[in-house]
Amino acid sequence: MSRAGAVRPGEPVAIAPDVFWVGALDPDLRQFDIILRTANGTSYNAYAVRGSKGVAVIDTVKAEFAEEFFARLWSCCRPDEICAIVLNHLEPDHTGALPALLKAAPQASLYLSCPALKMLKGLVKESLDEARIIAVDEDTRVDLGGRSLRFLYTPYLHWPDTQCTWVEEEGLLFSGDVFGCHFCDSRLFNDSVGDFRFSFDYYYQHIMRPFREHVLTALDLIEPLALRLVAPAHGPILRDAPANYVRRYRQLASPLLANEAGGREKTLLVFYISAYGNTERMAQAVRNGAEGVEGVRVSMYDLAGGDPGPFVDLIEEADGLVFGSPTINGDAVKPVWDLLSSLTLVKVKGKFGGAFGSYGWSGEAVGLVEDRLRGLKLRVPRPGVKVKLIPTDEELEGCAELGRELAEHLVGRVAPRHIDFTAPNALTA
Amino acid sequence: MPKAQVTFEDIGVTVTVPAGTRLIEVSEKIGAGLTYGCREGECGTCMMKIVTGSEHLATPSVLEDKVLKENYAGVANRLACQAQVLGGHVVVRPG
Repeated sequence: MSRAGAVRPGEPVAIAPDVFWVGALDPDLRQFDIILRTANGTSYNAYAVRGSKGVAVIDTVKAEFAEEFFARLWSCCRPDEICAIVLNHLEPDHTGALPALLKAAPQASLYLSCPALKMLKGLVKESLDEARIIAVDEDTRVDLGGRSLRFLYTPYLHWPDTQCTWVEEEGLLFSGDVFGCHFCDSRLFNDSVGDFRFSFDYYYQHIMRPFREHVLTALDLIEPLALRLVAPAHGPILRDAPANYVRRYRQLASPLLANEAGGREKTLLVFYISAYGNTERMAQAVRNGAEGVEGVRVSMYDLAGGDPGPFVDLIEEADGLVFGSPTINGDAVKPVWDLLSSLTLVKVKGKFGGAFGSYGWSGEAVGLVEDRLRGLKLRVPRPGVKVKLIPTDEELEGCAELGRELAEHLVGRVAPRHIDFTAPNALTA
Repeated sequence: MPKAQVTFEDIGVTVTVPAGTRLIEVSEKIGAGLTYGCREGECGTCMMKIVTGSEHLATPSVLEDKVLKENYAGVANRLACQAQVLGGHVVVRPG
């Protein structure tokens, strides 16, 4: 027995007058893009918009689902009616059927953002007639006859190319991955499907959160729209109270931890873990040094006493990070790596960073952590402090100096420095 | 040895380097806020602003010029992974 309201194979679904869902369902998917899990699959949402002058196709589907996509598409239009193909996002789960669609509708123009142009050649390996490819901006209007498409450039949600397509006459936003989620329910609409709130938030946290600033910029563009329907590229179509989901994005993108100092203070977090108390003493010295700089709030955390999740929330709001790790078997220790490998969930680019640690005979941890911080695009303005076994008072003063200098960077009071790289041993300066 | 000076404005550090040095070779060592992606002049991640002294940088290659245009670069923008300092004093900052 089929479920009431469930989409049937090969049939498009009208989501607005002359606007159809022509996507595909993938209920068996359990892991997406390596980094996301899904307990009930996903959908690849593609759409067809009919005007008196022709049909626009908005996005396609993952390659394995092309047959399902074309079955629906050819049920609502002929290939020669397609005048526009819009790609809101070029990731393969939305462009898998593009090469076949381009062949089936050779008269259609391809509309995409400027950054998407660079990626297109990586996806469509056959030569493309450049006259068919149109890079759009906010002034572009595609007239379909009786309705038109406009474009909102919403970069980094979650690739550089991402954009939304707006059909003003219908109050309809094709939002790409924004407002999407991995939740497969054949009833399609948010007022018909099961409870997908967890999936909506989970998708935001794993896909959009690293680009929080870009989310807020995009919301400034989206919130003024008179939305009646939001049609994302994954998950339920949002026809009941779509503005609620826009509001939810605003909540999710707002700082999780309010700083009661009102943003006047800079924050420096000192994370450490210690086997014999030596790295802990170094951490205390780093903290003490940083606390001597006015305007910097310093907090210290023992990684042995916490999980990465809450620390990631703290780090997202912090201005500077220092990591202390002993060296064991030539490496930093696992709790340090566990936290450092969790930081792709948030934006850390441009924060100040540093490292320190005690070691027995080789001391690789500090350099390895610094390399990781640079890889995450933090600024590491001075070499870290490595101490062989028990730190002396002089070495602890070096740790305090590390903390002090990082704190001075945070408040912009660091003294100008000059380094002569043409001098012998300059690299260790 | 012909030398050049580069000031990384965001962290207040000035370096003296051999003429011909690419900025990528020194900026990370001193912790400047220039960040890199592909490091090969393709992605545009390391676009920086030349505050003063742009005349002391080698002219952009065809590749750098193309990527700058694709990323809507202004006249003061260069790619840190490509730009070579030839002499004099150049002041740069992220962006």
